[in-house]
Amino acid sequence: MVSDKLTKAILLSSSLIVLIISAGIVFSLAGGSIPAFKEFGFKFIFTNEWNPTEGHEIYGALPFITGTLITSILSLIICIPLAFSTSLFTAEYFRNTKASGIISSLVDLLAGIPSIVYGLWGFYTLRPLIINLGLSDQGFGIFTSSIILAIMILPYATSMSTEIITMVPEELKEAAYSLGATRLEVIFNVIIPNARSGIIASYVLALGRAIGETMAVTMLIGNSNTVPSGLFAPGNTMASIIANQFGEASGLKLSSLIAIGLLLFAITGIVNSIGKFIIKKLV
Amino acid sequence: MVIIKISPLLDNTKARDKKNKLFRAFVIAMSFITVIPIILIIGKIIINGIGQINFNFFVQTSPDSLQAMTAIATNKVIPGGIANGITGTFLIVLMASVMAVPLGMMIGIYLYENQGRRYTNLIRNTSEILQGVPSIVLGIISYLWVVRNVTKGFSAFGGSVALSIMMLPLIIKSTEETMKMIPNEIKEAAFAMGAPYHKIILKVLIPTGLSGLSTGILLSLSRILGETAPLMMTALGSSIINFNVTKPTSAVPLLIWEFYNDPNMVNLVWSSALFLTVLVLTLNVLSRRIAAKIKIGIKK
Amino acid sequence: MIETLTNIENPILKVRNLSIAYETDRSAVKDINIDIESKAITAIMGPSGCGKSTLLRAFNRLHELYPYIKTTGKIYLNEREIHEMSTVELRRKIGMVFQRPNPFPTMSIYDNVIAGYKLNGIKLVRSEYDSIVENALINVTLWDEVKDSLFKKGTFLSGGQQQRLCIARTIAFNPEVLLLDEPTSALDPVATASIEDLLVSLKKDYTILLVTHNMAQAARISDNSIFMFMGELVEYGKTETMFTNPKDPRTEGYLTGKFG
Repeated sequence: MVSDKLTKAILLSSSLIVLIISAGIVFSLAGGSIPAFKEFGFKFIFTNEWNPTEGHEIYGALPFITGTLITSILSLIICIPLAFSTSLFTAEYFRNTKASGIISSLVDLLAGIPSIVYGLWGFYTLRPLIINLGLSDQGFGIFTSSIILAIMILPYATSMSTEIITMVPEELKEAAYSLGATRLEVIFNVIIPNARSGIIASYVLALGRAIGETMAVTMLIGNSNTVPSGLFAPGNTMASIIANQFGEASGLKLSSLIAIGLLLFAITGIVNSIGKFIIKKLV
Repeated sequence: MVIIKISPLLDNTKARDKKNKLFRAFVIAMSFITVIPIILIIGKIIINGIGQINFNFFVQTSPDSLQAMTAIATNKVIPGGIANGITGTFLIVLMASVMAVPLGMMIGIYLYENQGRRYTNLIRNTSEILQGVPSIVLGIISYLWVVRNVTKGFSAFGGSVALSIMMLPLIIKSTEETMKMIPNEIKEAAFAMGAPYHKIILKVLIPTGLSGLSTGILLSLSRILGETAPLMMTALGSSIINFNVTKPTSAVPLLIWEFYNDPNMVNLVWSSALFLTVLVLTLNVLSRRIAAKIKIGIKK
Repeated sequence: MIETLTNIENPILKVRNLSIAYETDRSAVKDINIDIESKAITAIMGPSGCGKSTLLRAFNRLHELYPYIKTTGKIYLNEREIHEMSTVELRRKIGMVFQRPNPFPTMSIYDNVIAGYKLNGIKLVRSEYDSIVENALINVTLWDEVKDSLFKKGTFLSGGQQQRLCIARTIAFNPEVLLLDEPTSALDPVATASIEDLLVSLKKDYTILLVTHNMAQAARISDNSIFMFMGELVEYGKTETMFTNPKDPRTEGYLTGKFG
């Protein structure tokens, strides 16, 4: 029928929009970064300087790439023991009990809180705590940001792991128990080997989220444009430098920020693809 | 018959039992530590924010720095509210939904009807990659596309384009999943009656899948309502209530950012944060409830 | 009055007043009293839902994994009450093979056989492991078929071979009792026959308790048979006698196919 053909054509063209948008994003980011790469070459990625003084402008992405990588990886390291334990709590030790239902729901709530609200809490509660513990006088920095990121990515690290652990067949566990294993031994010798890919995939995807986080990090990282000098030193991430400086940027600075956006896009894309690849191998 | 010979087995059960108990205690302790932040965060927003919420909060626009400073100096309650933010958020999110929801549903239906093809997988994978793009990058994109070239200045429309790109993959995914759950017989029955394809979509598929589709919409709304970064570089913000989509517009997260950065208005952050968080969490919980009901319905 | 074999000398297992309930209001097994003969095959039969698997799993205390299952009564292994032993010790003496073959998919065949040792943290020398693996696999007649693929994962094996691997895994620990929960119901007739032959050869060294829903299987290989119905022990006797001359009308009804 003619009208059916038309409907199908409309649906097909709507699907093209996904490709157009994605291609458009790549082209716009690349196009916008060209002035910066023309001026600084690929050294841009390794340059540790961000100097906007007129006449001597030098911009480099290294401080922010390291800031992003350090905070994200550190946040994952902090997050993993907590996420892993919570998954085991809800999927194994206390499966199908009220307690695990409550903990599950609470963790899920974490995913709903807006980034800026995390930033507020981090600024008004976490920062004074860090200051009181004597870890840093201002309370800003890599460590504080990593903690808030760890909390933010918890639900992503937990939910898929919990699902995967639940799917390990009962009979494998029973066989192990029948051989005299303790619960701990069943967890590490049967559940984990069978759930390994899924658990790793969920951590990789959580890392992807941490890399792209903006507001909370911007409010807690201390806004310094060099490679961070220590765990409690201030810094900036790719996302936070864009957030801080995009509003009034123009010319070469704007192009450099767009270039950083391009790098951020690429890194997030790679990490997420790795995570999705691991999941596909599972199935 | 070969007899299996084994050396006498040592009795290490006590040590293993101890390790077992210790690990269990560790898991329980860690799980409780995990839930502490959520309780603290929500607690703090409620405790600090509830005081400032009153009728004016919803109908008055945000105060400026001078008004706030004067009020503090004279020990009065800071005047104003977040009406400009609420209307701005509403406008921007509405436009984003109008763009993303119909488009996302069409694409989701396309994917559902064309399973298994290489092109379909390409679209699906691209949509998933799009989902992972950080919101600030989408802010840059909308800045380049809309603020620079279309509205020639910061605008609500720019903000909604960024947010609609964020919503799109979620709508696509939930539409495809929902369509997959509709029993084939329903679709076949409609075809057998000779109905044209677009009518089947509008009058059969979508109404049948309404719960699932709503879940996706609610979930994507809750995701974009809290976004700040992309709006900072597109909608910019405004101190007045604005319905002109080509002009800078406020939004609740933007107001929170402004209050946070102004030492005089800092106390206003909590009520706005409370409002925003309650809004987002309500949509979140609602969408999960509906999703759970669907799952139970299917099990039956 | 329940018929029991009264002439078993030194029964290896004794069950006294065993009752098992799911969520307190549904009794799955009611007041069982039996003695199990050592180094013989005892079949547990009955229609679906009669409690035979539930009874079997009480012997290695597998029910304790599930908090909603309540067990009362006593079971004695060699005069020791099993609930007073540690589960680790109990499960070294009583091993279990399940209905669907379940070799650990992430372990090689070699590691599967010695899984019991690895799980229990027992460290032996490599040569000891080698001989255990070889002996166990010979005993289940799997050695020749897998000796060149010991370090591959067991998933390429057929159903019957996988089940024999699971039996090897259990006997590698040299238990006294083997519990088998419908071990051949997921296998084809050829594989079933090979497992049945294996069990007959194993009974010289192990006491075997076999749950089966296949009466013919019970008739073929078991020495003694237990018939259960709706959670109760209805009849228990030498297989030959029970099949030719059942004492309880329910037993007769089941054996003649009036119900199943």
